[in-house]
Amino acid sequence: MAEKVLMKGNEAIAEAAIRAGCLHYFGYPITPQTELAAYMAKRMPKIEGGVFLQAESEIAAINMVYGVASTGKRVMTSSSSPGVSLKQEGISYIAGADLPALIVNVQRGGPGLGGIQPSQSDYFQATKGGGHGDYHLIVLTPASVQEMADLTGLAFDLADKYRMPAMLLADGTMGQMMEPVELPETAPEMIEKPWAVTGTKMQRKHNIINSLYLVPEELEKTNFERYERYAQVEKNEVRYEEYMMDDAEICVVAFGIAARVSRNAVVEARKQGIKAGLIRPITIWPFPKEAIAKAATHCKEIISVELSMGQMIEDIALASECRVPVTLCNRAGGMIPSPDQVFDSIKKAAGGNK
Amino acid sequence: MLSDRRVTLFCGHYGSGKTNISVNYALYLKNNGKEVDIADMDIVNPYFRTKDSEELLNTAGIRLISPRFANSNVDLPALPQELYGLFERRERCAVLDIGGDDRGAYALGRFTPFILEENDYNNLYVVNFYRPLTMTAADAFEVMKEIEAAGRIPFTGIVNNSNLGEETAAETVEKSAAAAAELSALSGVPVVMTSVKSDIAGDVRLENVFPLRLQAKYYS
Repeated sequence: MAEKVLMKGNEAIAEAAIRAGCLHYFGYPITPQTELAAYMAKRMPKIEGGVFLQAESEIAAINMVYGVASTGKRVMTSSSSPGVSLKQEGISYIAGADLPALIVNVQRGGPGLGGIQPSQSDYFQATKGGGHGDYHLIVLTPASVQEMADLTGLAFDLADKYRMPAMLLADGTMGQMMEPVELPETAPEMIEKPWAVTGTKMQRKHNIINSLYLVPEELEKTNFERYERYAQVEKNEVRYEEYMMDDAEICVVAFGIAARVSRNAVVEARKQGIKAGLIRPITIWPFPKEAIAKAATHCKEIISVELSMGQMIEDIALASECRVPVTLCNRAGGMIPSPDQVFDSIKKAAGGNK
Repeated sequence: MLSDRRVTLFCGHYGSGKTNISVNYALYLKNNGKEVDIADMDIVNPYFRTKDSEELLNTAGIRLISPRFANSNVDLPALPQELYGLFERRERCAVLDIGGDDRGAYALGRFTPFILEENDYNNLYVVNFYRPLTMTAADAFEVMKEIEAAGRIPFTGIVNNSNLGEETAAETVEKSAAAAAELSALSGVPVVMTSVKSDIAGDVRLENVFPLRLQAKYYS
């Protein structure tokens, strides 16, 4: 077993990315994800072939990612909410060119410049586009420093497998908190990338990376084909965790830091005889629709706990087909719900005192 | 463990535990009858600051000097003018919590002449050998030299704060003693204390164990 180290979430992503074979990092500093770039700046020069580059802007950084991704190399960028907004054009191009890449968003309060405290209010941006056009990102939401590391490796694997960009959607608490973590010791398995622009050496037809189509029929065809791949992702790659859901009457849905707070509230509810349970989505695209739909068959209310004005709640309402009331328990602008606040919502859903 | 030096500085790698130790050390001095000022001199990290312990320090009667916008959304790396007072009121002890790495120690440079001129200080290097960039004595020594060059004050002691957060056991700490001794040999600076969270501090079979009271969190 690998030895444990004590890491910040941001550092864990950086180290896990390097161990996943990502030797190209392009970024621009922004709180609360700066440690990720700082760690890369320290480590990359010591690794053969390692590249750390602080670009002149977030827009430049994402386009450098686009370039390296075209060559089939594992590549990433990271930022926090306002910076990720700036990257959206590049993300759309990367999706349109069917390239794998990792984008990390350690979210902070918004909109606008907002604040530097944790938030989950980029859920819509991450799962519903953000950039223009029909596309999806695989979006993974870590709830511990260990998961910051584990999901980074997974994100690279999935991005390569389905030829699409993946996003790690963390929040300021996940980036800043320190926890013991175990890092992978073995090199990842890399798949062949016959589409990559690596030089033909006059041995093969040249590969073209492009998102511009002059004939609308052709563009339509690429969209339909891409959505067939997305359907495979939805079928194969949904990830979530359930806690005390078997006999639950009140279902709490939360990811990231909100899930950790909610779990404490569920424990407290159970102590007081309220049958509460927790569904923690690990992927929010693809969203765990089936788990939510199942919960709607035996729960009388679903509570969405979010660090936003209520964004995931819409996916819950859709997945549950509105068979039961879906309510919101939230804080916003950089504030975090307390276990007491979540417990009060559970108690209210259960019908007052019991 | 109680030093008779008036000024105590805590420097170290990012996330090595400087703030926790600074706060606990200030409380320790106060409990031993000293009048204490503590200064938050972190210009690098807007989170996990001495100011988080403001209430605890106030209750104990310890004066906290921190940047005006600490713990707000203003991520402004500026130090308050009140810091100069630390070097004028020589009847009081001063504990200085310096920001991480050499970047954090640059902020110290402005006050270095005062500290060297008075020559009544301990400059302590905090190290956690379970942090990924300071896992060996050689790596920790490299960071130590970078900080010394940036702050321009020689280190006088090493604080071994090796831990794995909540998963820290007495054995975790004891295992790090060899690396601390090696760092001491490399640098010629003695290990003056091993800081350990208070619930297991009694179980650690090392010399000069300094128990740490940690800040609470509300998620598991």
